[in-house]
Amino acid sequence: MDLNTILQILDSTVRLATPLLLACLAGLFSERAGIFDIGLEGKMLAAAFFAAAFASVTGSVWIGVLAGIGASLVLSAIHGLASITFRGNQLISGVAINFLASGMTVLIAQDMFEQGGRTPSLMAGGRFEPITLPFAESLQAVPVLGPIYHDLISGHSALVYVAFLMVPLSWWVLFRTRFGLRLRAVGENPAAVDTAGVSVIGLRFAAVAICGVLCGIAGAYLATGLQAGFVREMTAGRGFIALAALIFAKWRPWYALYACLLFGLLQAVALRYQNIDLGVFVLPVQFMDALPYILTVVILAGFVGRAIPPRAGGEPYVKER
Amino acid sequence: MTFMHKILASTAALALTAGAALAEPALIYDLGGKFDKSFNEAAYNGAKRWAEETGGSYRDIELQSEAQREQALRRFAEAGANPIITTGFAIAPVIEEVAPDYPDTKFVNIDGFLPEVPDNVAMIAFQEHQGSYLVGMLAAMASDSGTVGFIGGMDVPLIRHFGCGYAQGVKAVNPDIKIVANMTGTTPTAWNDPVKGSELAKAQISQGADVIYAAAGGTGVGVLQTAADEGILSIGVDSNQNHLHPGKVLTSMLKRVDVAVFNAMTAGENLETGTTLVLGLEEDGVGYAVDENNKDLLTDEMTAAVEEAKQKIIDGEIEVVSYYANDSCPVLNF
Repeated sequence: MDLNTILQILDSTVRLATPLLLACLAGLFSERAGIFDIGLEGKMLAAAFFAAAFASVTGSVWIGVLAGIGASLVLSAIHGLASITFRGNQLISGVAINFLASGMTVLIAQDMFEQGGRTPSLMAGGRFEPITLPFAESLQAVPVLGPIYHDLISGHSALVYVAFLMVPLSWWVLFRTRFGLRLRAVGENPAAVDTAGVSVIGLRFAAVAICGVLCGIAGAYLATGLQAGFVREMTAGRGFIALAALIFAKWRPWYALYACLLFGLLQAVALRYQNIDLGVFVLPVQFMDALPYILTVVILAGFVGRAIPPRAGGEPYVKER
Repeated sequence: MTFMHKILASTAALALTAGAALAEPALIYDLGGKFDKSFNEAAYNGAKRWAEETGGSYRDIELQSEAQREQALRRFAEAGANPIITTGFAIAPVIEEVAPDYPDTKFVNIDGFLPEVPDNVAMIAFQEHQGSYLVGMLAAMASDSGTVGFIGGMDVPLIRHFGCGYAQGVKAVNPDIKIVANMTGTTPTAWNDPVKGSELAKAQISQGADVIYAAAGGTGVGVLQTAADEGILSIGVDSNQNHLHPGKVLTSMLKRVDVAVFNAMTAGENLETGTTLVLGLEEDGVGYAVDENNKDLLTDEMTAAVEEAKQKIIDGEIEVVSYYANDSCPVLNF
């Protein structure tokens, strides 16, 4: 395996890990505040559709991204309303959002474009173009580091860099600001936060809204960065892999980055090499596809450290009983 | 109010008598969805053409989950629809189970296989390997790099059948050519994952492929997009997909599901059942698409070579080995 092949696989890893990372951080904010969210998939799907639809109609990819974020925020608001205000079951609300997004996107797409639940292919301007970082061309001649900079670090669409910058930002917000401390506290012991005179409802809604924004960017990236348009069910389970990554990362931003990169790498390797011949036996591609879930189960079983979810997760907060 | 009731009652009665006089055909789409730009959409186009030409009407349903197959079949059968046309191999065993309960209803399945076809069921099988053979030849002739790609959807025998015919066509032109073959996945999401399709296409391009054949439903949309973006050629499947990226799609392997549906609806209650109808090159059941979007990509030599091979396949001089024959492909390992 030469450097070029390794770089191609890593390049593919970055592209595949980006939507996972954004969705994983979205889930991180929500679950740290005590709101389980299995509706990540649905929010991404709705965002992907509205991003593609608006980008296609207006011809501007940024309006598309805003529309995607908007759609995701609406679904977040529904989730918040059901599970925070009305104290419903968070898992059921999440499942409902997934179904809603799955059906609604195809219905609206068919009504708007009549192309069978797809949006038209986006033209230039309606989709993200790769960004070439400064000096990438001139440094390409430098051995090893040049190709790494040119092929791996440079040449992605803007949202990839946004996603990677979100990791330190999330860490800083959660662990270095007053808001972050309160947000984490509300997921561990909401009664204590309430006693301190801080609104539990407000904090939880803020967390769910942040989740909506991040899912919106993730969906927009799928439809306008990786692809040139929306296809029904195009998220293809990425929201659930992001949830697995979240558990694997033990609800921490930097670990989330590593988990998503690992899962992305597994996918990239599985795509590049169908069956891996290890000499002794052949590793089938299905095993590579299943590996993220297997790893998550291993983590949950407590073999590699313990993954402890936020203590008040899944519990609606009731002030007085 | 009573007047309204009367009108409603009379229209309802009218509708009932109309239904009794002429049974409507019904069409059940497989999980890929009605507008998949591919297989199911071809079925829809056939039904639409029938409705336009005869002025008749038909009923249809898009399946959302595996569990709905039996329910949909029984509902249509009990509502008096005849014949009931279904697409996709997965519904075949359900039909085998349901059909004996409705002896007066005729069922049609496209793509499925039953060892013993019940008396009121007609199976329609396409010789996809023959059509794939022809597009494989075109791919090999259009390739400059000596490497071509194949991207399948869900890893099922049917898709291997496509890939196997393709590989044989490629090798017929140039025995030394390299074929990179990938499957998108093993679950039904593999039919609708354009992102993975794109990544697979990129991985194949980096391995030298400059023509990629996508037999992958909605995933193929991503493959064709990436091929067009990266400046290589792609081959569409089932419906004519040449228009998706004019000048970038070499051709499409046509599977005339629309013709099969049209013929079944036209035959109506007189449909011949109890057999498997095989549609190959001879019956124009499969083929390759030529239109204004790709005519500049196909040279005269290419068309001549493919037409010659087509005739030889029809005459039996060339035998394209079917993957089903012994569940393996002589020229390609999956």
